[in-house]
Amino acid sequence: MYSRYARRYARLVTMPTTAPAPGLADVTASDSTLRRFLHGLPGVDAVGLEARAASLGTRSIKTTAKAYALDLAISMVDLTTLEGADTPGKVRALGAKAVHPDPTDRATPATAAVCVYPDMVAVAKEAVAGSDVKVASVATAFPAGRASLAVKLADVREAVAAGADEVDMVIDRGAFLAGNYMKVYDEIVAVKEACGTSARLKVIFETGELSTYDNIRRASWLGMLAGADFIKTSTGKVAVNATPANTLLMLEAVRDFRAQTGVQVGVKPAGGIRTAKDAIKFLVLVNETAGEDWLDNHWFRFGASSLLNDLLMQRQKLATGRYSGPDYVTVD
Amino acid sequence: MSDARLSVFKTYKLYVGGKFPRSESGRVYEVSDSKGKWLANAPLSSRKDARDAVVAARKAFGGWSGATAYNRGQILYRIAEMLEGRRDQYVQEVADAEGLSKSKAGVQVDAAIDRWVWYAGWTDKIAQVVGGGNPVAGPFFNLSSPEPTGVVAVLAPQESSFLGLVSVVAPVIATGNTAVVIASEKSPLPALSLGEVLATSDLPGGVVNILSGRTAEIAAPLAAHQDVNAIDLAGADEALAKELEIAAADNLKRVLRPQPVDEWSATPGTERMTAFLETKTVWHPTGSLGASGSSY
Amino acid sequence: MAPAFEYAPAPESRAIVDIAPSYGLFIDGEFADAADGKVFKTVSPSTEEVLSEVAEAGEADVDRAVKAARKAFEKWSALPGSERAKYLFRIARIIQERSRELAVLETLDNGKPIKETRDADLPLVAAHFFYYAGWADKLGHAGFGTNPQPLGVAGQVIPWNFPLLMLAWKIAPALATGNTVVLKPAETTPLSALFFADVCRQAGLPRGVVNIVTGDGRTGAALVAHPDVNKVAFTGSTAVGKEIARAVAGTRKKLTLELGGKGANIVFDDAPIDQAVEGIVNGIFFNQGQVCCAGSRLLVQESIHDELLDSLKRRLSTLRLGDPLDKNTDIGAINSAEQLARITALADQGEAEGAERWSPACELPSSGYWFAPTLFTNVTQAHTVARDEIFGPVLSVLTFRTPDEAVAKANNTQYGLSAGIWTEKGSRILAVANKLRAGVVWSNTFNKFDPTSPFGGYKESGFGREGGRHGLEAYLDV
Repeated sequence: MYSRYARRYARLVTMPTTAPAPGLADVTASDSTLRRFLHGLPGVDAVGLEARAASLGTRSIKTTAKAYALDLAISMVDLTTLEGADTPGKVRALGAKAVHPDPTDRATPATAAVCVYPDMVAVAKEAVAGSDVKVASVATAFPAGRASLAVKLADVREAVAAGADEVDMVIDRGAFLAGNYMKVYDEIVAVKEACGTSARLKVIFETGELSTYDNIRRASWLGMLAGADFIKTSTGKVAVNATPANTLLMLEAVRDFRAQTGVQVGVKPAGGIRTAKDAIKFLVLVNETAGEDWLDNHWFRFGASSLLNDLLMQRQKLATGRYSGPDYVTVD
Repeated sequence: MSDARLSVFKTYKLYVGGKFPRSESGRVYEVSDSKGKWLANAPLSSRKDARDAVVAARKAFGGWSGATAYNRGQILYRIAEMLEGRRDQYVQEVADAEGLSKSKAGVQVDAAIDRWVWYAGWTDKIAQVVGGGNPVAGPFFNLSSPEPTGVVAVLAPQESSFLGLVSVVAPVIATGNTAVVIASEKSPLPALSLGEVLATSDLPGGVVNILSGRTAEIAAPLAAHQDVNAIDLAGADEALAKELEIAAADNLKRVLRPQPVDEWSATPGTERMTAFLETKTVWHPTGSLGASGSSY
Repeated sequence: MAPAFEYAPAPESRAIVDIAPSYGLFIDGEFADAADGKVFKTVSPSTEEVLSEVAEAGEADVDRAVKAARKAFEKWSALPGSERAKYLFRIARIIQERSRELAVLETLDNGKPIKETRDADLPLVAAHFFYYAGWADKLGHAGFGTNPQPLGVAGQVIPWNFPLLMLAWKIAPALATGNTVVLKPAETTPLSALFFADVCRQAGLPRGVVNIVTGDGRTGAALVAHPDVNKVAFTGSTAVGKEIARAVAGTRKKLTLELGGKGANIVFDDAPIDQAVEGIVNGIFFNQGQVCCAGSRLLVQESIHDELLDSLKRRLSTLRLGDPLDKNTDIGAINSAEQLARITALADQGEAEGAERWSPACELPSSGYWFAPTLFTNVTQAHTVARDEIFGPVLSVLTFRTPDEAVAKANNTQYGLSAGIWTEKGSRILAVANKLRAGVVWSNTFNKFDPTSPFGGYKESGFGREGGRHGLEAYLDV
């Protein structure tokens, strides 16, 4: 029987039928081939991109869909503390919260990971021991990335040695903006190698500094060609961090990359996502752009800290029918 | 008198596609002056002449509408220059056609020459007057500009054989349209002679095509023609105008109905140009330069 | 398998709108039955539920409405423009206040998604009244002489695809310039115009300035033919537009027509591809493709045909068809059984003529009028689906090799309303836009509307412009 309400089309087509483009390996053969490839990517019309992101933002996610989305979002949070003032106590509290985000409801999913500086990795590992929560470490002279490659690699090795499951590196935006794509590429490859087989690599573009959408598309492909497991918008340390539009653009990139190469890459918007409402909008972007293969914390993350509490309050509201308040979630 | 020289008569011909053909019908009709004295035989155009004229006008449309407005202005001004040099001929023809004194006919011809000058100056201004940017509520550049409608059939006024004719033809072509003109039925000679000036003014062949004959006979196929975009009914009486307007609806021609004109010498407004202009509005996104940068 | 992220129903409440069981004609400030008592029903196209019963105006009613408008004209046209402006500003504000109610009403009567009535129709309706309100006391500066005069009584006939928006496009400039109006809404979507009558009453608009006569084509024909109408404005099909042009021939009635189209959406190989896909979707599936300026012909450069079609198909598979009141619905119902039959027949013909038909897997509701989003590939200029206006969610895909060929194909139609161009090369946009014979050219965007932006067609798409300074001309004696 027909239900009166909107229904979704069956997903007849999830991937373009285009065969994987032969010879993507050749793309990185030299500086000039890489440049030619990146500059040959389709342009991005900013107004159209932003309009599409805004339009998806009007989706109304209610009741069962909201419950699903809230739990999914919680499970995708990389619960983050990246302060000069971080201490073992702070990181331990964060780890506890990641494992049991809502002490009043043990059915609440754990977050995907905690994200800390390299020197806190060991503490974090201990704090989440026995759970599925991963430990992610920023590295490569985060957030500016203005250090020699040797320093960056040492940073990465230290984090991995301390047990990091994931490494969040920053690209050299200076080199990128100077058109020195091969330098950026080589660094990512080197960091990937330093991660070994044990740590997944997230590549942060600092989209606010790349500034244009064309640059963000090029950086996305550059990162994926170099072996990124995730592409990530930003450090959270600049004025413009994750936005619906730049995340939509990166979702298009991972979708197209898989269609061409068969390799799936994750996406992580970070910084600026503070409310459950916003997070759900990002999940709509994932659902309707990359598709449901990415609706899993193996392939999509939120880099956030305060977001988690809003997700928890909304979750409580959904369960009890009452609006919750900040005193009913933990402040760690 | 034995030393009287026998004058050379002029064979009046149509002006179509930059050439001067006779009517394909092979027929002519007698044209007389206001006192009934025979002046000349004029071609009696047929439906096929009308069709050929439309083909010529369509062929000329791309080039003429694509010419720069400056170039069209230069050519319209050149027409005025050419007319000025042959002023006496037109004064004589207008005097004969309309039964005017030489001095009154001279006023008409002078006004007609000045009219070409007026429209020569309009070619590169009309777009600024009737077009422009539109401040839409969004990140878009939005510009409206006038474009010529296409091939315009023009029924020249019946009474004002030259000034009236110029007053309806010049505004049509000034903006880049091409024209198929039906000359005044009883006084076609000044119109047919105009072709000689147009042909020597750098005006591309086919931009103006001039037919003489029975207005109603020639106008009917033009009004119904699917490749004519607009029609000026200045030279139609009430009954004919209605009939032609009905026929014109078949392909939704733009119709300029006959309007009472007291005096063709009055300063024209822009209406005869805007009647045969389309407005094209082009949108393009603007948007921001990019996300803002670093703030460590 | 159910999708992982299944959006739960999110229906807009229909309680916000109170539809009376019956409506009269709005003449001289009062609702009244038709002289002969005739009525017709209006249904919700998504459910076939009868929404209300509406009076059917005959010649006598039309005559009464025109007389009321004539009587009101004297005072209305003599009002200082600044006073007329304030009435229009009032109307704009009341529409903003009641926009949720009017959006739900429009969705119920028309079948289009609430997302569109809420985010497109209603904001544009209010904006249109705001825009023309401001012109009312500035007409001497509009480039039509220092003291242009109104024409008198405007007879206006509007279509069902944007009922309230087309009303705004007609009534706002007419009133701003000092004309009075008799407006006939479409037979299948009369309700929002009747609610607008109530907006006029709330605004204190003098009696007879706006009169609404509901009915079918016969009512419209009576209005157009009425000898005391000075101005006829019509939006609708090209066939009816031609009939109207014949009907007003030989009169002094000023005529503007906004008719059909077969817009070409041209995608070059250097287009911003993801935005182009959105533009194509917006171009043909906005309002179920029941849009005169729809981009119903996709002209794609042959070198990117396969890639673009893959992307387009993938995108179409995410469209959500269903209850128009659900806030997540992208594709609503077709407006009427008659329109559905026409779309169905033309699509079947496309298939019969050998074009390749594709729709995403899509379950259609069992009641109401529905048509799945449809693509035709392997289409040539000779196919009926490439030539006839379908006025439904059906896209014909053709290819081209060079810009010249794209322009030639785009212009190869009796219509000339809209076109789209997608390329990152600025000079190509300008060159192609220059050559297209269409009244609105959207480059790297599509289906954008604004009250300041003139809209209207070339060739058989009609004549005259609505919107902007240009839109005033239709209602002034110039």
